[in-house]
Amino acid sequence: MPTVFDFEKPIYELETKIAELKQFSADKGLNLNREIEVLEQRALELKRSTYGNLTPWQKVLIARHPNRLGARDYIDNFCTDFVELHGDRAFGDDPAVVGGIGRMNGYAVTVVGHQKGRDTKENLVRNFGMLHPDGCRKVLRLMRQAEKFGRPLVCFVDTPGAHCGIGAEERGQAEAIARNLMALSTLKVPIVVVVIGEGGSGGALALGMGDRILMQEHSVFSVSSPEACASIIWKDAGRAREAAEMLKLTAQDLLRWGVIDEIVPEPLGGVHRDPEQALELLREALFRHLDEICRLDRGELLRTRYHKYRAIGNL
Amino acid sequence: MVQAPGEVGTVFELFRKSKYFTVQPESKREIPEGLWIKCRCREILFSKDLSRNYKVCQKCGHHFRLTAWERIELTLDPDSFVEFDADLEPRDILEFPGYAQKLAKAQEETGLREAVVTGEGTIGGHRVVVVVMDAHFIMGSMGTVVGEKVARAAERALEKRVPLVAFSASGGARMQEGILSLMQMGKTAAALGRLDQAGLLYISVLTDPTMGGVSASFGFLGDIILAEPGALIGFAGPRVIEQTIRQKLPDGFQQAEFLQEHGFVDLVVPRNRLRDTIIKILGLHQQGE
Ligand SMILES: [Zn+2]
Repeated sequence: MPTVFDFEKPIYELETKIAELKQFSADKGLNLNREIEVLEQRALELKRSTYGNLTPWQKVLIARHPNRLGARDYIDNFCTDFVELHGDRAFGDDPAVVGGIGRMNGYAVTVVGHQKGRDTKENLVRNFGMLHPDGCRKVLRLMRQAEKFGRPLVCFVDTPGAHCGIGAEERGQAEAIARNLMALSTLKVPIVVVVIGEGGSGGALALGMGDRILMQEHSVFSVSSPEACASIIWKDAGRAREAAEMLKLTAQDLLRWGVIDEIVPEPLGGVHRDPEQALELLREALFRHLDEICRLDRGELLRTRYHKYRAIGNL
Repeated sequence: MVQAPGEVGTVFELFRKSKYFTVQPESKREIPEGLWIKCRCREILFSKDLSRNYKVCQKCGHHFRLTAWERIELTLDPDSFVEFDADLEPRDILEFPGYAQKLAKAQEETGLREAVVTGEGTIGGHRVVVVVMDAHFIMGSMGTVVGEKVARAAERALEKRVPLVAFSASGGARMQEGILSLMQMGKTAAALGRLDQAGLLYISVLTDPTMGGVSASFGFLGDIILAEPGALIGFAGPRVIEQTIRQKLPDGFQQAEFLQEHGFVDLVVPRNRLRDTIIKILGLHQQGE
């Protein structure tokens, strides 16, 4: 059974009806093409109006859809000769973050990303993409390596936030995030960031600063997860839906404020409804931006990156 | 220019006359206003004595939170401070419910425009740019104006080629300015990155509390990181961690001493020795003097 949200139910009901009608027509040898066509047209219109007018909370749900593609899916599809690299060379290897080297659109690149699990079992291993300080430091190590060899950096962002727990604090979660932010802002190679699901808090930003920031159409990026925000403001995580409305966390909001550079379209209904098309859509945008920034003078690149962050919020 | 420790009392005499001086109660259970204040150790303290002792409880050593102006008076040489960007005013960009009123109330109660005061001055004769946060203003949370003031301070330190000294006191990023608050972490880190690459000194002093978006950006980027005793320092708040892991946190968790023990703070320095320690560090970053 696919995950179906309440607001999608009328669409799925209609789609089920169409499938039944097709089956019935085939079984009985009846020509119901006209009826089917009408229903299909209605389904398409319903999808367009539903997915074209998603509320922020509905976008949060789609951004977290269990069948949405993750960092590894994009890496495997976009890279040839990908070699995964593990560990922070200090404490361990954080499975909430994947990283490595590969070739993308002709460029040898370093690529990192938050990685959620595809199911509950994998999610327990990957901690739902919530990185520990060791995950941040693994990324920092790979960034420095990219800089040494002059490789562009590609980051996929998909996390509810940095892990919150005793070990994470003992090993300096805040320090680890802060170091990554400073490193990303000064790294002497081109950086493209793509928000592919949810970008929550400092844990997202630790992989989320660069020369170009792209967001998929239904992805979200916010100061904290709506649950954490509701818990901070109203001491009630149950009011997450309300917090999502207020946080202005959609790709459309972020483009308006100049926080991101481009919105990458998704297949109608979201990435999970047509992964193949989603791959093609993101490939086009990502390769184009990668190509553009790789052609820029490095000094100019760093100056532009600095001014981009300096200007955010000065409205 | 270097003051003897005993003279710091006179500095306090100075700011006692300033309009900013009020002993802020830390919780509603404490005696609210006036001459007496009750410490968390239950000791009743005469507020005049408390001020003479750097707002540190004589009995248990508890460091009461300072306002930004108290911190400036305590740290900088008398009359040396010149404020930057005093006119920058926060705005309710997201139209977040209740935020405009919250800002107005905080401004009225603290006499500040935002949760940070920045400027330049001297400490023991050393020219510095300073960033001083005030936890009394919406828990010192960082929104766009706080981020902008910190970034400008770092840029001025770079321009003037003087050290930057920051005193953080913050619950983290300001929720009511959403993603724009998050991006201030990137903005401040970028400005400090330039300072770092120019080989300039940045001393970060973590005071109670330094959490979330502030600890995870300019808080932990100091070349030298000092902290005040007992200050709460970390990423996630203790309440959030307790709710997540469903167990009680160990004693002393996320306190300054815990951070030093785990290797994330260079030195925990009691308030009465903080100014002298900063002066010593500033001096050691000048060759041949
Ligand atoms: Zn006491």
